Amino acid sequence: MPSVRIPTPLRKLTNELEVVDAGGATISEVIASLDAAFPGLKERICDDAGNVRRFVNIFVNDEDIRFLEENATPVKATDEISIVPAIAGG
Amino acid sequence: MDKPSPYFTSLKCRECGRLYPKQAIHVCDFDFGPLEAAYDYDAIKSVLTRKAIESRPQSMWRYRELLPIDGEPTVGQQVGFTPLVKADRLAKALGIRELYVKNDTVNYPTLSFKDRVVSVALSRARELGFKTVACASTGNLANSVAANAASAGLKSYVLIPADLEQGKVLGSLVYGTNVVAIQGAYDQVNRLCSEIAGKYGWGFVNVNLRPYYAEGSKSMGFEIMEQLGWRIPQHTVIPMASGSLLTKIHKAYSEFTKLGLVDAAPFAVYGAQATGCAPIAHAMKRGTDIVKPVSKPDTIVKSLAIGTPADGYYAIHAMKQTGGSAEDVTDDEVVEGIKLLAESEGIFAETAGGVTVACAKKLLASGAIPRDQSAVLCITGHGLKTQEAIIGKCGEPRLIRPSLREFEEQIYDKDAAVA
Repeated sequence: MPSVRIPTPLRKLTNELEVVDAGGATISEVIASLDAAFPGLKERICDDAGNVRRFVNIFVNDEDIRFLEENATPVKATDEISIVPAIAGG
Repeated sequence: MDKPSPYFTSLKCRECGRLYPKQAIHVCDFDFGPLEAAYDYDAIKSVLTRKAIESRPQSMWRYRELLPIDGEPTVGQQVGFTPLVKADRLAKALGIRELYVKNDTVNYPTLSFKDRVVSVALSRARELGFKTVACASTGNLANSVAANAASAGLKSYVLIPADLEQGKVLGSLVYGTNVVAIQGAYDQVNRLCSEIAGKYGWGFVNVNLRPYYAEGSKSMGFEIMEQLGWRIPQHTVIPMASGSLLTKIHKAYSEFTKLGLVDAAPFAVYGAQATGCAPIAHAMKRGTDIVKPVSKPDTIVKSLAIGTPADGYYAIHAMKQTGGSAEDVTDDEVVEGIKLLAESEGIFAETAGGVTVACAKKLLASGAIPRDQSAVLCITGHGLKTQEAIIGKCGEPRLIRPSLREFEEQIYDKDAAVA
């Protein structure tokens, strides 16, 4: 199963786990699977229409899903997914 | 622990308005919206008058009620109050009635506007009890964190992309900080930092201390208004990386208006980017607030090369709301902008300054900024830090022997013939 790295603001929902496993063959399915395991997680990272929120970045391995197929981006069992809040400039 | 400030009240989500305590947190638990400092403006209005401000030392801390710390500043007390230069020769060259340069190339101590944000972030870091501070940086922030942490006796780590200009790398190393060069672009440095921030109990100035850090930029706007004789400039051109500086200058103008320190007046803010990494300017030109990230920035303007700008959305709204716009310029135009500013005003700016000057030129040419009005250019960092960008593009010294004859033949007579 793909592993998902959970950012600090969401760890209250994952019992403080930093990395969790999730099912699913696409990002949408991974998010649905996370929400089933940790209820409430989806509404934190997705808006009402189900799109990833403006201030959330999701990476599959090292690539931002905005450069892939967004929510439809396929994921493999060996992939590492990261959920990362946007941060300021430098 | 300092007594809580009666003026800086809480952190507040920019998206949903939920309030949070003034801790080292930066995003809303509910929607990931950025947290921002919130103030009691009525309380501030009762104490912060023009007279009170004018009686204080000439630093950014003369506006301290509008900056998010509890006690007295303990880091960077001398930062800010850089010159606002009336730039008549540059005004003539660009073709505008009146022009000012806000010259943060001489900000103390590390010659960029980042000393403003770091002064706030590290003062707050101390109040929150951090012993180690860190940042993700394109160079200027790293320099400022390194220097200010050194003088404050804090341990520091600065994480930078491995391909930065030598001046910016050396300008961090010299302070004895821990410089970590990441094999990747700034956005990858950012991502790593957001994953490690909080993990070791470090204060990351642009991650978990971001709400404090970001507010420091307002001081540039406060100073512009005071130095103009307590008024808001009609047009302000601001370089954009994440877009934070533009949103904070907009906020500064709005706050002074709200507090009655300046008369309400129409103003517009304009964002400037390099074409090789212009996600905000391109979104603005397309008429959308959806900022499409740039995966591989390609420009000499490394300090603005942020492909995923966190404040792009808000920067676009600030520009739209004020009737401003965005522009972007090529690397060649950046070099011309650096030279024009240097030759007309004697100010040597880094590449981001070249972007601002060159974008101002385009904004005037297109009529976005009317030529019969007044503008301020925000010049944010010193040119000695980005020498690579212009080496070989400003000519070479003419070499002669120490002989009067050679001087006359090869220099004086030749120049006299040209003149």
